[in-house]
Amino acid sequence: MQKYLPHTEQEIKAMLERIQASSLDDLFSAIPKSLQLKQSYQIPEAMDDLTLTNHMHKLAQKNKELIIFRGAGSYDHYTPSAVKALLSRQEFLTSYTPYQPEVAQGTLQYIFEYQSMVCELTQMVVSNASMYDGSTATAEAMFMAHSETRKDHILVSATMHPKTIEVIQTYARYRQLTVVIVPEKNGVTDLAFVKENHSDKMGLIVQNPNYYGIVEDFTGVADMIHEHRGLFIINQEGQSLALVKSAGEWGADIATGELQSLGLPMAFGGAYIGYLATKHQLVRKMPGRICGVTEDVDGRRAFVLTLQAREQHIRRAKANSNICSNQSLNALAVTIYLSLVGKEGFVELAEESMRGAHYLYNELIKTKKFTPVYEQPFFNEFVLKANFDLERFNEELLNDGILGPLVLDGQKALFAVTEKRSQKEIDQLVEKVVAFK
Amino acid sequence: MRILYDKLIFDLSKKGRIGYQYKPKNLASVELPQHLMRAKKAELPEVTEFDVVRHYTNVSQKNFGVETGFYPLGSCTMKYNPKINEELATLSGFSQIHPLQPEETIQGLLQIYYETQEMLAEVSGLKAYSLNPFAGAHGELAGLMIIKAYHEKRNDLKRTKIIVPDSAHGTNPASATVSGFDVVEIKSNIDGTVNIDALKEVLSDEIAGLMLTNPNTAGVFEKDIVEIADLVHGAGGLLYYDGANLNALLGKAKPGEMGFDITHINLHKTFSTPHGGGGPGSGPVGVTAELVEFLPNPMVVKEGDRYTFKKPEDTIGQLGTFYGNTSVYIRAYVYLRTLGKEHLSKVGPLAVLNANYIKESLKDVYELPLQGHAMHEFVFDGLKDKSTGVKTLDIAKRLLDYGYHAPTIYFPLIFPQAMMIEPTEVESKDTLDDFIQIMRQVAEEAISQPDIVKTAPHHTIVRRLDEVKAVRQPILKYKDLQTK
Repeated sequence: MQKYLPHTEQEIKAMLERIQASSLDDLFSAIPKSLQLKQSYQIPEAMDDLTLTNHMHKLAQKNKELIIFRGAGSYDHYTPSAVKALLSRQEFLTSYTPYQPEVAQGTLQYIFEYQSMVCELTQMVVSNASMYDGSTATAEAMFMAHSETRKDHILVSATMHPKTIEVIQTYARYRQLTVVIVPEKNGVTDLAFVKENHSDKMGLIVQNPNYYGIVEDFTGVADMIHEHRGLFIINQEGQSLALVKSAGEWGADIATGELQSLGLPMAFGGAYIGYLATKHQLVRKMPGRICGVTEDVDGRRAFVLTLQAREQHIRRAKANSNICSNQSLNALAVTIYLSLVGKEGFVELAEESMRGAHYLYNELIKTKKFTPVYEQPFFNEFVLKANFDLERFNEELLNDGILGPLVLDGQKALFAVTEKRSQKEIDQLVEKVVAFK
Repeated sequence: MRILYDKLIFDLSKKGRIGYQYKPKNLASVELPQHLMRAKKAELPEVTEFDVVRHYTNVSQKNFGVETGFYPLGSCTMKYNPKINEELATLSGFSQIHPLQPEETIQGLLQIYYETQEMLAEVSGLKAYSLNPFAGAHGELAGLMIIKAYHEKRNDLKRTKIIVPDSAHGTNPASATVSGFDVVEIKSNIDGTVNIDALKEVLSDEIAGLMLTNPNTAGVFEKDIVEIADLVHGAGGLLYYDGANLNALLGKAKPGEMGFDITHINLHKTFSTPHGGGGPGSGPVGVTAELVEFLPNPMVVKEGDRYTFKKPEDTIGQLGTFYGNTSVYIRAYVYLRTLGKEHLSKVGPLAVLNANYIKESLKDVYELPLQGHAMHEFVFDGLKDKSTGVKTLDIAKRLLDYGYHAPTIYFPLIFPQAMMIEPTEVESKDTLDDFIQIMRQVAEEAISQPDIVKTAPHHTIVRRLDEVKAVRQPILKYKDLQTK
């Protein structure tokens, strides 16, 4: 017997009798003999619980938990304990997509709450139920722009996360769309290039704060892009939405990005959650699931997946997106996190990240071992130029249990600070810089 | 029991309440230039931790989960999600690791990635896997991109079409479109299997490949799979395996040996990771030796004792910011190590046994359109006695009253009253017997008191919903509800 396999020999026998099969093998007569396995799988033997637990702990120990000063798409934030505790409730964890709404009101309700919060954060009118991650959500936003404008070229700012750009390029290439990279100018999107080149494009995608942590100025951009009916798409990371002007406020058409910062661990890059919110006019171009409100036959308020005519299981080859599973449970994590920190805490924690980053920035400049690269406003990430060997410095930090900045082009360092970093940790990092020979 | 709790988290909000505890540092305050700042705070709720915990506990109780009761949802493989998977996959040595750490500090994670892909390759008879795709449909997208990249590399640029049987999941044709192919849909045989003549008719030098689920969505194994593979390969196309129904084959057969070139596997189906109310899932994509260099970037390889990232030479490119849903594939890894070679091969036969047991026990009252042994799932085409007008939807809703989740209904599309039942191997005979008894009772009710069935459910927290109203007057967020 095995703990997940309940049948006794007698039961198997009785069941086979009911089926009028002579053996379990007999059930597979439809599979040609030539295709039936002749030997067992060449995989390791089963481990008992104790052995497996030890094995996994050993594997976990082969990874080093560090004091993190690196971001670039994944951030080490404080998460209240209630998030994980509630996420582990089996009613949330083990349920299927809410296609039977009468027994899935729990999932549907939190999706509705999640959508409400995303709309608040982005100042947009409608949000879907989540996407895989920030980069795929952004690529899907491009599909929306393509579908809306019927144009094939899109402007993508060079100041976006390079991996997000790569994902957009992958999605574009296979669908015969073309990505035109907008060059960077002093760390921000070259808007003069946009002005010159946008008229025949489906729109513009930017990231804000951008890859270098810089908060960009999009004054006039939405009007410019709309002049030729293009769409303006802003990718914005979760915590920054507390302080940095949102997509809705900039007049963008689609707000998208990564929400890992809001209640999800770094977890080696996944599972995360992308968001996608838009204007009323574009709701029918939206990918993924959307939850709405209705009533049951007794007039009782109820939640239900709606506007499904957009989706693959209805439209099949004509669907604008192939997404089916999304990151539902992580949408719940974000919803619970935002409820716990609330209206004021969301801002307070973002301010702490920003203050910590600016403190570190100033202290590093004081060491005279770093010089500014861009004189631009930033949120909680920034780039400085080092006058020493950054790679060797990072190795030394590693020995002290610190993950230093991401090194860009050899001499530039991309730092990130979140509210989780104590002043002592920040000061310790600065001391390491001072002492580095 | 009908739960009366119907508040939204926003309804609990009281100005000034907080649900977290954090002491700010004593640092100089900084502000962005006014024109770059957001103008007003997001209207998030202001609640205590206990408010949040009680609220979401109440909300959770409006859900049916695998641990609540039997979930015979066809093609969804609703297995038990083992507790040890949860405990071990969330160790801090996995969850507190930044994705851009140096390789020497992530050897454990890279080892799990590598060994998981090796085990999946062995189980499916392919050469290598990428765990980067986030879900089944994302794996399909990756697989189709590989097909395209393969033909392009051979400078075979005419191949712009993908064949999809009409019995396929909706994601198949949608994935083909999104990856830039034209979809050629072929009519299936009555049992959902590929119609060889229809296939021959569409094969040409414009065909890039064929997507197939095997066993198919009617729970029938494609007995002509070798001929199908030969035909497609003979015409220069590749064969794509949709792994949605792989559970049936565990221990019995490998897609790679049937001639499939590319597969995706839903770890949240066959390998026991939780569905999470619709994700996160994980959809690893696997390929034959010939196609390894087209896999998404990055892949994980082993060099001596060391695990390292590698960019495949002809990679289709980046499919996500990092390396897929790590926390999900660690769970699948724990499951694979728990079952091991001794038990993994029992899964398919026992899942198939369970499906056939239900089928044989109910076929006198439910219409069984396909005779013979089913695989891990099967389809009833509604009630045998349809005289009272009770439809599949009604039966599905009535089951909810009895504490069962409904089967997958109205899919596959080839049976008008389709009711697709998949019990998986984890359910005991007792559970199946109880379910069978309730299914018979519902069939009996459908004749003796059809109105009760037609108006079901009666005992759920909400009853049948007005879905048309939700579409006509979309209320998609809390603010819409307030201004209604």
